[in-house]
Amino acid sequence: MNTGVLKPLWLALVLLVCTPALCRAEDTPLAGLRSSDYDTVAATVTGLAASGNPRAQAIITALRDGKLFAPDDGSAIYILGPAGYTDAATGAPVAGIDPDNVSKIEENNRVRVAVAGALALLDLSAPDAATRRGAAEAMLDHPDSALLPALDRALAHETDPGAHAAIVLARAASLLSTGATGQSEAVLLEAVASLRAEGTQQARAILLSIQNPSAAVRDAAASAVGAIDFKLRLWSVGQGVFYGASLGSVLLIAALGLAITFGVMGVINMAHGELMMIGAYVTWLVQGATNAVLPGEAGLGLALAVPAAFLVCGAAGIAIERGLIRFLYGRPLETLLATWGLSLVLQQAVRSLFGPTNVAVVTPAFMSGAVKLGGIEITLNRAAIIVFAALVMLGLTAVLRLTPLGLQMRAVTQNRRMAALMGIRTPRVDALTFGLGSGVAGLAGVAISQIDNVSPNLGQGYIIDSFMVVVFGGVGNLWGTLAGALSLGIANKILEPLAGAVLAKIIVLVLIILFIQRRPRGLFPLRGRAVES
Amino acid sequence: MRALLQRPGADWAAAGVLAGGWLVALLSLLPEASPLHVPAFAVGLAGKYLSYAILALAVDLVWGFAGILTLGHAAFFALGGYAMGMYLMREIGARGVYGNPNLPDFMVFLSWDHLPWYWYGFSHLPFALLMALVVPGALAGCFGWLAFRSRVSGVYLSIITQALTYALMLAFFRNDMGFGGNNGLTDFKDIAGAGLHVASTRASLLALTALVLALCLLASRAILRSRFGDLLVAVRDAESRTRFIGYRPEHIKLLIWILSALIAGLGGAFYVVQVGIINPGEFAPGNSIEAVIWVAVGGRGTLWGPVLGALLVNLGKTLFTGLLPELWLYALGLLFILTTLFLPRGLAGLWRAAKPAAVADVTPEMTPVDPETAP
Repeated sequence: MNTGVLKPLWLALVLLVCTPALCRAEDTPLAGLRSSDYDTVAATVTGLAASGNPRAQAIITALRDGKLFAPDDGSAIYILGPAGYTDAATGAPVAGIDPDNVSKIEENNRVRVAVAGALALLDLSAPDAATRRGAAEAMLDHPDSALLPALDRALAHETDPGAHAAIVLARAASLLSTGATGQSEAVLLEAVASLRAEGTQQARAILLSIQNPSAAVRDAAASAVGAIDFKLRLWSVGQGVFYGASLGSVLLIAALGLAITFGVMGVINMAHGELMMIGAYVTWLVQGATNAVLPGEAGLGLALAVPAAFLVCGAAGIAIERGLIRFLYGRPLETLLATWGLSLVLQQAVRSLFGPTNVAVVTPAFMSGAVKLGGIEITLNRAAIIVFAALVMLGLTAVLRLTPLGLQMRAVTQNRRMAALMGIRTPRVDALTFGLGSGVAGLAGVAISQIDNVSPNLGQGYIIDSFMVVVFGGVGNLWGTLAGALSLGIANKILEPLAGAVLAKIIVLVLIILFIQRRPRGLFPLRGRAVES
Repeated sequence: MRALLQRPGADWAAAGVLAGGWLVALLSLLPEASPLHVPAFAVGLAGKYLSYAILALAVDLVWGFAGILTLGHAAFFALGGYAMGMYLMREIGARGVYGNPNLPDFMVFLSWDHLPWYWYGFSHLPFALLMALVVPGALAGCFGWLAFRSRVSGVYLSIITQALTYALMLAFFRNDMGFGGNNGLTDFKDIAGAGLHVASTRASLLALTALVLALCLLASRAILRSRFGDLLVAVRDAESRTRFIGYRPEHIKLLIWILSALIAGLGGAFYVVQVGIINPGEFAPGNSIEAVIWVAVGGRGTLWGPVLGALLVNLGKTLFTGLLPELWLYALGLLFILTTLFLPRGLAGLWRAAKPAAVADVTPEMTPVDPETAP
């Protein structure tokens, strides 16, 4: 450092040191730091932070970093900086200090806690609202009644609502913490009420650790804990429902295609999972292509992949129906074996083309991350799949009910020969129906590429679950598929915390097997003559 | 009807299996310098194929003769295998990696301090063999009783058998189950005091497997020749009519289902002792479906067809995975497709077509195509 600049500071220091009144005023709050009693040190740190002293930040940071020294004789405190010692009270450089004659001010845990609290308190006046909020939240971990005046001061001119709420909470915690017994009951009750309104796990912990409460405060706290417990339980049920709906929507979208091919046509397509896998690979290819043209537009790639996957898988489905399945109508068990063989061929073909390892499908920025809705954390990609599954479900219902193709499909399902006599080209309807179901499998592949690894084995993980959903919901009924998917998803997620993920899945499978015994045709069976064939 | 069920094929198959198995076993005992010596790995492979053939026979009994397409028979096979594996684990004794005389290695690794109750008794071979029959049989009994009583049939039954084996696979993957979790049971040392890596033990095991398969074939033939066999085919071809005549199809199905599970369990036991490992992968639904294709290739509804199918397909698998590993799944997949499209009665069907004099053995033919559902 330039000594020319330091000269005037030197003079200033000499002046300061030699002005008794000034020395006295600045000395007093720091003297406690020299104490050999750690509790005194801690109290001094807290007091310093609450005092509004402009040097407080520098001194406490130095203490935390082990840069604060006291001379063996005399009353000053020094901070060791990169350029040598400075006086703690003023920040002025001090020359001629022999490192052998000063000793570091030591910390213990009690002091460290106080330092952390004090620094947080200092952050309360930071210009950035997020820092202020973070500081208040940090204070919750070591509430201290000595911080109260500073918290009150911060509360008075806090404008950011988030930071305000956090400070209120920190203040309540400090009020109720050890040593707050001197407070009037009304103030304490108010603090309990604000914690109750906050309703978090942390607020609950503070309420449980109130020291020496009066009877009224104890009762208020107990009832607040009860209220918070109830609220937390409600939120966790809500979270479970979200997880369940999320799993259910994945099951739904995976099973919807099967609901068409198996449910409406009666074709057991074991290659259904592989069609989903192809849909996922189409997503990857389309994303790669759009990324080459317009880098960074992952969302556009995903949007384009939706129609692309539908068309590719739909075309593949029509080819499968024309080339394989139409020879096997009326022989469902043989269809099962042949399509299983097809699934092996498709898996190996994709493995040969794109390699056996996972490919990376990008999740667009607007679908990554999570938002907090009250106490429920909603992951955006899962939420997007719920919406997507609902749209596919609606679209499929519309196709079946409102379009000529849907009318013909239903006619062929109900009475094939009569439909043929009415002039419906049943082979064409068969091919298109199978193509529709396969196209929906492709859409499922697009959705699943966002939450699961895209590899040649992707389909295998979903095929059994999808069949379970269709069979459970009732064959030939889209609403049954919806009910089946949601109830299986939610049942799985309710059981998971009780039994663990794998066991929950096993229990659900066993329950389905038992359920099929009671209702062999599922939740919502079709009625009528066609069923018996 | 009775005349059609004579099935000389079963006798020939039993004789062939016995002769082939024993020949390989004997040749493996020749000195290594001999040009006719069969190497140890070939003995192991032959034992594995014959165990698979036992499973194929079990699948055929329910699919070919009772019309129940099972996609979960590997579950019974694997349960039998686990029973045998548990005995072989106990037989290791203190020779494991951790040298604990009371606990198998994986339990020591999981720091368990005592043997779970369901492992009691498995240090005795007869008990383990009994369990290899009882456990699959009991599971088949419960499952079949529920399923057939409520008349779950056709593809629904196929799908829930698949769910059954899938659930068992997930369960056995769990370490808490006490069956070695992911790694399963392995590192076996000996059986009934005879070292498993000794040529004479391996040869005896192969000979024994061939004998068991031959006996299973003869027993199946005897069953099918009996009145029960007639009923079985009646249930397969016209379940409702059989019921209206006054029989209980669900009892008939349940009986053959349990019998088939017993045979599958036995096959699993012989499989594990010769392959040397059993893990939850054996429960994978794909394995059950593969067993069905052996039967389909050989020809369901005959007794010798599935044995032949199991041997041929597995031989093909060994050759393919050795020489052209990438192509095996194509070959297997095409085998499924081509067999169902062009050979609905398998190789047995070809044989019959070439020999018209032998008239229709009971056709494994599917129910007549219903004009209502045909395209």
